[in-house]
Amino acid sequence: MAKILEVRDLHYRYPDGIEALKGVSFEVEEGENLGIIGPNGAGKSTLLLHLNGILMGYSSNGSDAVWVKGKPVRKETLREIRRLVGLVFQDPNDQLFSPTVFEDVAFGPLNLGLNPDEVKERVKEALKAVGMEGYESRSPHHLSFGEKKRVAIATVLAMAPEILVLDEPTANLDPVGRWELMELLRSLPHTKIIASHDLDFVEKICDKVMVLNSGKVLAIGPAEEVLSDRDLLVKARLAP
Amino acid sequence: MKHSFIDKYSDIDSPIHRLDPRTKLVLGLALILTLVEMPQRAWPALGIALGLLLVVALLSRVPIPYLLSRSAAVIPFAFLVTFFRVIPQGKEGLVAGAVIGAKAWLSALALVLLSATTPFPLLLKGMEKLKMPQVLVLILSFMYRYIFVLLDEAMRMERAWASREAGRNWWASFKAMAGVAGVLFIRSYERAERVYQAMLARGFEGEVRTLNPLRFSTADLAFGLASALSLGVLWIIAAFWR
Repeated sequence: MAKILEVRDLHYRYPDGIEALKGVSFEVEEGENLGIIGPNGAGKSTLLLHLNGILMGYSSNGSDAVWVKGKPVRKETLREIRRLVGLVFQDPNDQLFSPTVFEDVAFGPLNLGLNPDEVKERVKEALKAVGMEGYESRSPHHLSFGEKKRVAIATVLAMAPEILVLDEPTANLDPVGRWELMELLRSLPHTKIIASHDLDFVEKICDKVMVLNSGKVLAIGPAEEVLSDRDLLVKARLAP
Repeated sequence: MKHSFIDKYSDIDSPIHRLDPRTKLVLGLALILTLVEMPQRAWPALGIALGLLLVVALLSRVPIPYLLSRSAAVIPFAFLVTFFRVIPQGKEGLVAGAVIGAKAWLSALALVLLSATTPFPLLLKGMEKLKMPQVLVLILSFMYRYIFVLLDEAMRMERAWASREAGRNWWASFKAMAGVAGVLFIRSYERAERVYQAMLARGFEGEVRTLNPLRFSTADLAFGLASALSLGVLWIIAAFWR
């Protein structure tokens, strides 16, 4: 298996001086599903925003900290990186900003410079993949939370990414919505990186799990190993 | 939380709903311009305008009571204008005020009819095709998308405040309102940042690209011609009475 994502000694300090990431390193192989777990404020969302260059941190020796498919995340590579890495935000109301579902899903493909027919095809395929065909002309604010979540994933799928990054995908979902999301994610062949507090969900989807606490990697390894290490989970405020 | 939508009834089907949004936008604006230009003495022409709007309303199958109640929102403003006309000018002012009031109400009726027969996203597409500056179209588009999200947020904050407050009086409510408005502003600002991040994440580079599927049909031509002729008649009446 080839390495698809590599993070080396990533540091990030917010403009207000808070150090959110203090030297994070990990690798993800192609086709692998990595779960990132950690308490509130551990730096999970901040880390995810680095994977497609929304935020740009640094490494202590000054070299590039985030690499996708052998390319460093820099200003010059952003266009390519953002096509490769699809980021699904926690709140679908942030992700869905267009007046209709169609326009929202078409937003990414249009930015890629595809022609109108290709864009329509992409939108159709993406909505089909998440089971939301026929919702094209609906307004996002008329959708249920679970439906919004699925459309949010479709907006990213339409860009044909190789890595799917999801921030707290199960937050606010009802049990059926959560189960449907699990089935959906299982049906997608992409490499996935999922940040969540939902340990049960992570266990069912991910083969590898990383524990993040106060901006540092506390542990990384096979899912069953990490998730059964009670002392580790207690230390990271993930178990009482 | 459920809210009534800005473009209620815009999803039903009728000959008027099927018209291209550009036809309706241009004709709506033309009607309002005509009303504004109408001299006071030509007030019978306002009846013709009302008749035209009623015909469109009946064709559109939008319930008339809905149109009346929505458009009635301008009456308080029109009343104020009438009031300040009557005080210095007496009876003559009353006529002038009534005509201004009628014009305002008819204009509002035209706009309510426009929004009740055109889904807002299509209206935006129409504005885009009519070469309205993209920034303005975008602002309207975000407003349409987020106004209810913000309203929900405001209602939740109001409830949170009300549940912790016993025996409120209007001054306390007023002060709390100011706090809610402030927090709401900060939350909207933060949301705007997250929305922008979501746009960047999907390859946004400063230029908004859209697909615009609007096409004129022969119905647009027919409706446009009929309306243009009717408006022409109104202009002739206006010129005759001037």
